[in-house]
Amino acid sequence: MLAEGSLQTEAMPVVEGSGFTAVLQRDLLLAFRHRGDIASPLIFFVIAVTLVPLALSPDPEKLADLAPGIIWVMALLASLLSVEGLFQADFNDGVLEQMVISPQPLYLMVLAKVIVHWLVTGLPLTLTAPLLAMMLYLPATGYAPLLTGLLLGTATFSLIGAIGAALTVALRKGGLLLSLIVMPLYMPVLIFGASSVQRAIEGINVSGPLALMGAILAFAAVVSPLASAGALRISMHG
Amino acid sequence: MWTLFKQWFHKMGSPRWFYYATGRWLPWLGLVTLVCLVTGLIWGLAFAPEDAKQGNSFRIIYIHVPASMLAMAGYYVMAVAGAIGLIWKMKLADMVMKSAAPIGAALTAIGLFTGAIWGKPTWGAYWVWDARITSMLILLFLYLGVMALQYSYRSQDMANKASAILALVGTVNIPIIYKSVDWWFTLHQPATIKFTEASSMHPDMFRPLLLMIVGFYAFYTLVLILNTRVEIIQRERRTRWVGELMGEA
Amino acid sequence: MPDVPYLSLSSVSFARDDLPLFENVCIDLFPGDILQVEGPNGSGKTTLLRIISTALTATSGQLRWRGNPISSVRHGYLSDLLFMGHAPAVKASLTPAENLKWWRRMHADTSVWSDREILAKIGLQGFEDLPCYSLSAGQQRRVALARMLISSANVWILDEPFTAIDKQGVKLLEKLMASHVSNGGVIVLSTHQTLTLDNYKRMTLTAHAPGAAYAG
Repeated sequence: MLAEGSLQTEAMPVVEGSGFTAVLQRDLLLAFRHRGDIASPLIFFVIAVTLVPLALSPDPEKLADLAPGIIWVMALLASLLSVEGLFQADFNDGVLEQMVISPQPLYLMVLAKVIVHWLVTGLPLTLTAPLLAMMLYLPATGYAPLLTGLLLGTATFSLIGAIGAALTVALRKGGLLLSLIVMPLYMPVLIFGASSVQRAIEGINVSGPLALMGAILAFAAVVSPLASAGALRISMHG
Repeated sequence: MWTLFKQWFHKMGSPRWFYYATGRWLPWLGLVTLVCLVTGLIWGLAFAPEDAKQGNSFRIIYIHVPASMLAMAGYYVMAVAGAIGLIWKMKLADMVMKSAAPIGAALTAIGLFTGAIWGKPTWGAYWVWDARITSMLILLFLYLGVMALQYSYRSQDMANKASAILALVGTVNIPIIYKSVDWWFTLHQPATIKFTEASSMHPDMFRPLLLMIVGFYAFYTLVLILNTRVEIIQRERRTRWVGELMGEA
Repeated sequence: MPDVPYLSLSSVSFARDDLPLFENVCIDLFPGDILQVEGPNGSGKTTLLRIISTALTATSGQLRWRGNPISSVRHGYLSDLLFMGHAPAVKASLTPAENLKWWRRMHADTSVWSDREILAKIGLQGFEDLPCYSLSAGQQRRVALARMLISSANVWILDEPFTAIDKQGVKLLEKLMASHVSNGGVIVLSTHQTLTLDNYKRMTLTAHAPGAAYAG
């Protein structure tokens, strides 16, 4: 204890967890202010899917065959492109530094950022997918697993992408590098996601692979904020 | 016992100690590598019996199998070294991790390349989307990612920490990737392609393979040590002991 | 005689890739102390301040808060810390009021003033609801100063706080600092400016010369 000159104000203990909701609300507000940015991955998604029939053929049968794969690959790319900016703005304006040294747990703040990222990219991508599926003549039985899979899968993409974004945030040209390090980690999700749509069309029960995707999501939700928080602390040394 | 281990661990952590200790091991390790690889190769290529179905083309397994095994093991070596460097802030471990990445990547590339050569006479195509080969390719991507991250940081300390995190995340992912690729393969598999399993091999074919595997492990250790020594000299070039070493040379 | 310094650095060294930036920095700060860190560009002022704020980890040496090593009282220390870095940490697309709201939730907020009162105090009356990107650099800096009015932290670490601020702003900042230390707070700041405050301590970091001296 201090003998004299003791301080008039004792620092208030900060409420744990308020950082989570603070980041959640602030990022949602920011996303709302930058509504145009939300549209970009969506437009990318739609244009990229449109390229395939143009390059391949408009034959309904061929397209229906390829539809699950096309939609999944393009959703992966759209999510990947958008995840680059996850920490960038906060890094540039010094807010990230404040988050790292705040008494709030960084783990929860990262999780909040990822949740917002998913809400403004993964969720709209998933909701757009049926439209594109229709344009690619996806058989009706494929829709439910496509939606469920994308819902789980894009969330996992956001979580894994956060690790890459955190690792590359201090680098000036991090974008290409981010894709390089994150894409191999996306592959299991892509495999399970696209294959479960394929199998559902063939009339096979797909609750197995979808459950696995759920398990991967749960696992990523635990590990990714941890790895991202660690990576962000390292990025402070730049 | 524990204190003894801790002492040893500490000593191991000193790059200088590592440099001098490994300097004494190198000739022996080099000898073991040379003997194993030369005998294994001559035995496997010239004396082992021909495969009933594949003829002489199967002999590439004497390179392919050990290289693929080491490629996988090398990733774990890299990740474990990275974890040690990250947790205990051991500089030597960071150096080992950095050195392990290109070796592992090269072995993975050798595994893929020999697989392709083997594939041509066996399957009629250089590239087949077989589960194991696809996993191998993804492993190569993981290696390349760690290396790319390592080289893009200007600060070596940051590069080491960042690539250690990535290597660890990759390690956690590898079983998931392998499982998913296996599952994907059984889904699309035309069910005609199968590698010669080591377990079903004739003992006369298997013995030289075993020798080659031991030789590759020794070779891996040798190259890893050599690479780490170069890294040590580079990182410690401002210290007195390296100055003296260079003065002697 | 207060025996335990409120904040102390004992033989703190920092090296980037084995190149020492500074070595053996020792600082003891008691309630009411202001320490001005001086030195030429590249002497490690920002690095030292970021080490004190725990954004960076020192290569060796120890940081203590109320006599305890930081590693054991991290949460308490961070709750007691206000750090202003080079970047103002102001979100450009939010309004000053929205930025305030965010800081109130991130910091231990004990201020009795409303957002409007605080913004009036820092001279941003009438700008409350404009997005910060439409404000000047100096005004954005002022938004950042609002954190000093919100936070109840005793340790202030200010990296070049006078950047881009006009004369009145400088006066305001000095007033804030004076009242902070008179309440028993501790301030570490880096600036090339001569402070008009009384009895502050100075220390000079020298570029690339190990063993920076602490002139008390």
